[in-house]
Amino acid sequence: MCLAIPGRITEVEGATGLVDFGGVTRETSLTLVPNAAPGDYVLVHAGFAIEILSEEEAEETLSLFRDLAGALGDEP
Amino acid sequence: MDRERFSSEPEARALVARIRELVDGPAALMEVCGTHTVAISRFGIRSLMPDDLRLLSGPGCPVCVTPQREIDRAIAVARDPRAIVVTFGDMMRVPGSGSTLEREKASGADVRIVYSPLDALEVASLSPDREVVFLGIGFETTSPTIAATVIAAEERGIANFSVLPLFKLVPPALHMLAALPGRALDGFICPGHVSTIIGSSAYEPVASRHNMPCVVVGFEPLDILGGIVMLLEQIREVRGGGDARVENEYGRAVTPEGNVRAQELLDRVFEVRDSDWREIGEIEKSGYGFSSEFVDYDARVKLDVDVPLDAEATGCICGEIMLGTKLPTDCPLFATRCVPRDPVGPCMVSSEGACAAFYKYERNEG
Repeated sequence: MCLAIPGRITEVEGATGLVDFGGVTRETSLTLVPNAAPGDYVLVHAGFAIEILSEEEAEETLSLFRDLAGALGDEP
Repeated sequence: MDRERFSSEPEARALVARIRELVDGPAALMEVCGTHTVAISRFGIRSLMPDDLRLLSGPGCPVCVTPQREIDRAIAVARDPRAIVVTFGDMMRVPGSGSTLEREKASGADVRIVYSPLDALEVASLSPDREVVFLGIGFETTSPTIAATVIAAEERGIANFSVLPLFKLVPPALHMLAALPGRALDGFICPGHVSTIIGSSAYEPVASRHNMPCVVVGFEPLDILGGIVMLLEQIREVRGGGDARVENEYGRAVTPEGNVRAQELLDRVFEVRDSDWREIGEIEKSGYGFSSEFVDYDARVKLDVDVPLDAEATGCICGEIMLGTKLPTDCPLFATRCVPRDPVGPCMVSSEGACAAFYKYERNEG
């Protein structure tokens, strides 16, 4: 029920945005993310964007996983 | 932002290897989110874990923990020809004591499924002579979208719209679970999308009061495996005498403070109340009612629908499953008398319930 899908904002008009989910575009309320702007990735739940996703943080998490994979590979 | 990158196989293998290194005795981790329940089952993560590590599904499905009496109340509203019931699809097949919303709809009741609560306002403005009642089910991920909808109704002067408030809050349930006698749990896989709203800091009191490791976790395979590694490392420290803390694996979506705008809307529209969880009982300060400013949107007050108390004697063990002491396969009714098409207990009712997820993905693995 708490499923939220990431998508990219393509247009903003007032408190509503168009969000592209890999080719499918839907009108989405931006009421809960007033600072969202075109180009931002957002998590969308029940027609509302609930958070702006941080690409920087995503890269950091992936690099932690890669470090771990590398560290294990180094072990005898 | 490519989700595929969070499913990469070499990293997944490395994380599983690390999990196997870290498990050196019995440990139990619990998630409390239906989306985690389904992801763990669907990705086969349980089958990759060492025998000593138990992954448990707590009361993470809002549909499953809604008391049968409230389903009966929604059905009673649907039977009133002056009302239109609007709901997320998850609620349609949930059995009340004698019917379901799906059956009522087939018998002529006006029950409509929507994608967003905002769609209910369109229904209300097109049917000004009917009362449009939205079923307010959900955790903190969903309740802000309904708070925003109530505020929009007020702004647009839509008076024939109300909400049946059945919301649940996650941290009070975690306190209850962590304080259970016998300490069956060693750490919480905290729900990623609830946490976007309430922030990772919302779990600090759970970690400190119960010395219970908490990690906020995302929903892709590497998120879940990575979150388990972080929990196991922390459990090792706690068993060595260290203090439990809150960590955040899902940093791309969750900040320590959460979505402040959403929290403001919640505080304005609702107020925290004690709430009854199906098969578990009342948990203090674990639900929302309407604040005095928005009481005109409370369907319970507006319609005054009274329904009898339910018995809920099912013979199933959903309560024990949600408290972490049993798995679905421990239930004698599982996959025999209790199946998704004809569910007995709440965990089989919703596709995100622990029993339904086990039935669909893990039935033959036990």
